[in-house]
Amino acid sequence: MQSSLLLASASVALIAIGVPLLLHLTKFLGPKPTHSTAKDAPYESGITHLVGDANERFSVKYYLVAIIFVLFDIEVVFMLPWAVNLRELGLFGIMEMFTFVGLLVAGLLYVYRKGALRWS
Amino acid sequence: MDAIIIETLIKIVVVVLIFSALGGFGTYFERKILAFLQRRWGPNIVGPFGLLQIIADGIKLFTKEDIIPINAERGIFIFSTLIIAVAAFTAFVAIPIYPQFTVFGYTVRPIVIDVNVGLLFVMGVMAVGMYSPLLAGMSSGNKWSLLGAARAVVALLSFEVITGLSILAPLMLVGSLSLIDINAYQMGGIDNWMVWQQPIAFVLFLIAGFAETNRKPFDLSEQDAEIIGGYHTEYSGMKYGLMMIGEYANMFVVAFLVSIIFLGGYGEAGSIVNGEAVGAWGGIWLILKVAFFFILFVWVRAAWPHIRPDQLMWLAWKVLMPLAVVNIVITGIVMMA
Amino acid sequence: MAEALLLHAHKIDHTTRATFAPQHLIEVLTYLKKTLHFDQLLDVTAIDEKPMKMVYILRSHDFIDSYILTTSLDETHTIDSATSLFESAHWLERETYDQYGVHFVGHPNLTRILNHEGFVGHPLRKDYPIAQGQMCHETLDLLPQLQARLESKGILTRQSDGTYSSGSRDIMYLNLGPSHPASHGTIRTFVALEGETIVGAVNEIGYLHRGFEKSCENHTYNQIIPYTDRLNYCSSLANNVAFAKTIEEMLGVTLPDRGIFIRVMLIELSRIIDHLVCLGANLVDLGALTNYWYLFNPRETAYDFLTKLTGARLTNSYMRVGGMAHDLFVGWEEEMKRVLADVEQGMGDTLKLIEHNRIFHDRTQNVGILTPQRVRDFAISGPNARASGVPYDMRKTAPYYYYESFDFDTVLGSVGDVYDRMMVRFEEIRQSIRIIRQIMARIPSGAVSIDDHRIVLPPKPSVYDSIEGTINHFKLIIDGVRVSAQSHYSAIEAVNGELGFFVVSNGSGTPAKVKVKAPSFTAMSAYASMIEGGQIADAIATLGSINIIAGEMDR
Repeated sequence: MQSSLLLASASVALIAIGVPLLLHLTKFLGPKPTHSTAKDAPYESGITHLVGDANERFSVKYYLVAIIFVLFDIEVVFMLPWAVNLRELGLFGIMEMFTFVGLLVAGLLYVYRKGALRWS
Repeated sequence: MDAIIIETLIKIVVVVLIFSALGGFGTYFERKILAFLQRRWGPNIVGPFGLLQIIADGIKLFTKEDIIPINAERGIFIFSTLIIAVAAFTAFVAIPIYPQFTVFGYTVRPIVIDVNVGLLFVMGVMAVGMYSPLLAGMSSGNKWSLLGAARAVVALLSFEVITGLSILAPLMLVGSLSLIDINAYQMGGIDNWMVWQQPIAFVLFLIAGFAETNRKPFDLSEQDAEIIGGYHTEYSGMKYGLMMIGEYANMFVVAFLVSIIFLGGYGEAGSIVNGEAVGAWGGIWLILKVAFFFILFVWVRAAWPHIRPDQLMWLAWKVLMPLAVVNIVITGIVMMA
Repeated sequence: MAEALLLHAHKIDHTTRATFAPQHLIEVLTYLKKTLHFDQLLDVTAIDEKPMKMVYILRSHDFIDSYILTTSLDETHTIDSATSLFESAHWLERETYDQYGVHFVGHPNLTRILNHEGFVGHPLRKDYPIAQGQMCHETLDLLPQLQARLESKGILTRQSDGTYSSGSRDIMYLNLGPSHPASHGTIRTFVALEGETIVGAVNEIGYLHRGFEKSCENHTYNQIIPYTDRLNYCSSLANNVAFAKTIEEMLGVTLPDRGIFIRVMLIELSRIIDHLVCLGANLVDLGALTNYWYLFNPRETAYDFLTKLTGARLTNSYMRVGGMAHDLFVGWEEEMKRVLADVEQGMGDTLKLIEHNRIFHDRTQNVGILTPQRVRDFAISGPNARASGVPYDMRKTAPYYYYESFDFDTVLGSVGDVYDRMMVRFEEIRQSIRIIRQIMARIPSGAVSIDDHRIVLPPKPSVYDSIEGTINHFKLIIDGVRVSAQSHYSAIEAVNGELGFFVVSNGSGTPAKVKVKAPSFTAMSAYASMIEGGQIADAIATLGSINIIAGEMDR
């Protein structure tokens, strides 16, 4: 059973990846790409005289959120098994998790006070 | 070869075909519904009721010249279009899209692979799809795409947290991550739907669903009036098409999830065998529920402007997230009481 | 004493004209601004005569009086810059430099504005042949301009080797337009971004520059009317009227009442159409797509009316010097009623969608604020000025065409943000509907054009049957309307604000000079400073809300 489930999963992966790959091949149905400077240039409102490109360092400012995300998504990961088994864990479990959540909320408040959630 | 492999293969082919096609039909219905709301005709030239528009669009996408800008990272540029479609297709594997039914004496379970942590699997795979806009935007070598990627990531990341937190409260009630168990929990009619027990979680999850599928009012990563298509500015032909298929498939994933978790899924089935719903009625109900959410997606698109990145952040972190935490605490207290 | 520097000052109605010696420009302007409160510089232009003349048109604080200053320049064509006194002088002087080659001493950035940087010569000089074509391909490098602006804001610092450094801040330079869905294909905004925040911006315009003013100098007065259609192409009839009215004032003729009523009605209908376009496009830029159809469908009904009346949908050319092409068609009242009902319906539907929509409020309120002081500094007029609470409505401050007898309100905003500009336009549509309803009730019968066949074409039967009619027709077509030598500035409250024509005639049937005081041009000059500090999304919303029409801005 275990091996057949693996095989089944493999077949799923084959199809789920295969079909999009196949769709990719349709590019050969179209005309052969021709090249010109203007066509190959990245689009920037029709201006050809560009200053810098998209590979330069880009200010992250409010993308700081990504870091806060890691913190809170880990929290969710911890909470998932807890939530599923809550009935068995009972009151003790809930008090434990509330302490955990309380700590994280305190963290959020700290971040909030520090201004990391201000983006303008 | 094992029967299960043949069954799985058939199912996955059906699922992938159905949802690729749904991507096409989705665009058609979206355009028709939008047109109705906007007092115009929508597609009505190609074929009866413009139905062949889907085929015309397909031919157009298939035969477009394949342009990759010169300073794009070719490999990642192409690879990123795969991620979103593959992720969306894979997510369907763990979603029960129909009640159990019997054909030629063979009982077909309506799920490609019954993972006992189905919900976790679906959410995890959907989160992988997030790499698509990020990589697409960063590999295009285009400043608009870069802005789009940054916007996409910040929106998806924020709402990933909301999705996770909002789903916790229903899970506490059900005590299982299997979508079939969640569906079984709500069986027996409209009174048992999760939405009555968890209205806040329902609203939060739905809002997060709009954000995760890049739909208005959270469609800021591809707003063409602002950042010219955002991360898919440089994409053309089927590469663009795959991103669209992925987005529409994602939309259906969210519609299925909301229907199954909060609106009773196919719980209105004709009969219940071994604690599982069986029969065609439940399937039709589920399809209607999914259709309702699809129309809701389109309706919201027609009705509202879209918001600014900083407003989206504000909404996610300062309004929805505290609400989700409070909801969990309340649910916990009520359960213990 | 500065007052003594103003020579030959004489006042007719609300317009004072005076000359002065060019070296006294700053003293004269300071006196006018500080003492007489002429605090808006509407227009700066030159007249290519021997010697070259400069013209400054100013407007008083209460918007009632105008002051037209002229001065003669010497052979060097040099005069001091007025940029220290008026913000609007920045672009107006650049335009005069571009078109006439007048040098403004002390202008911080005296570069071409409508023509390309690589253009040779000054096209509005009389010695520049109208048919001379020049091909310019290179994109204008706006980086030095933007870097200078960023340096003045302290974001960039100039290093010893002449290059700029942003220190620890990551600045990305981005072209918002011209080929951008929200910039009409004609407006280029070069921005410096930090994340998504715009820290600095400069504009390049002129993508739709067609040399309107040069063409005017080579056509008869009536031939210019189709050209005026293409200024603000969303409300052609208002431009027609503004031009025809200027020439009629120079001729000293007044239209019969029916003609005036039709003109007012068509201006107000144009106002409705133009506001519908502006609001529809602005809402699309905000992502509220549906409103586009709710607002554009009634616009189609209005265009059907205009098509039936004028034969053309967008560029109507209905006005003539001394009247209009013909009278209204039979049954126009019914059709007009339908137009107005459709507009009210569409506007109501849109307002239902956005009026209490939190997202709409968040996106538009306190975004792209224009303070009343800046409105005056940049001489911004029309709905953009009124949204900032500046009561500048020529229909009220300097009524013409019986506007004083119509019952309507000047709509004012309080903050001057995108929200106010949009809501002012919604309310102005309502006011325009009110005016049209009053006209429909009051319109007299009679002729629509004046009865002078030196100005207006005689009726066709008389052309075919009488010598006099044939000669009149021939002379008018070949020579055009003859306007005695003079210069005149006249304006109406067009849709985007004060649309003025400064016309210099020389006694022939062709003007010696036509200068358009275009409301979009002044509004655009304020745009860069409005979007700085906001985000890209705000810049798009702001651009939509100030309703830039490139045809009128670039001419």
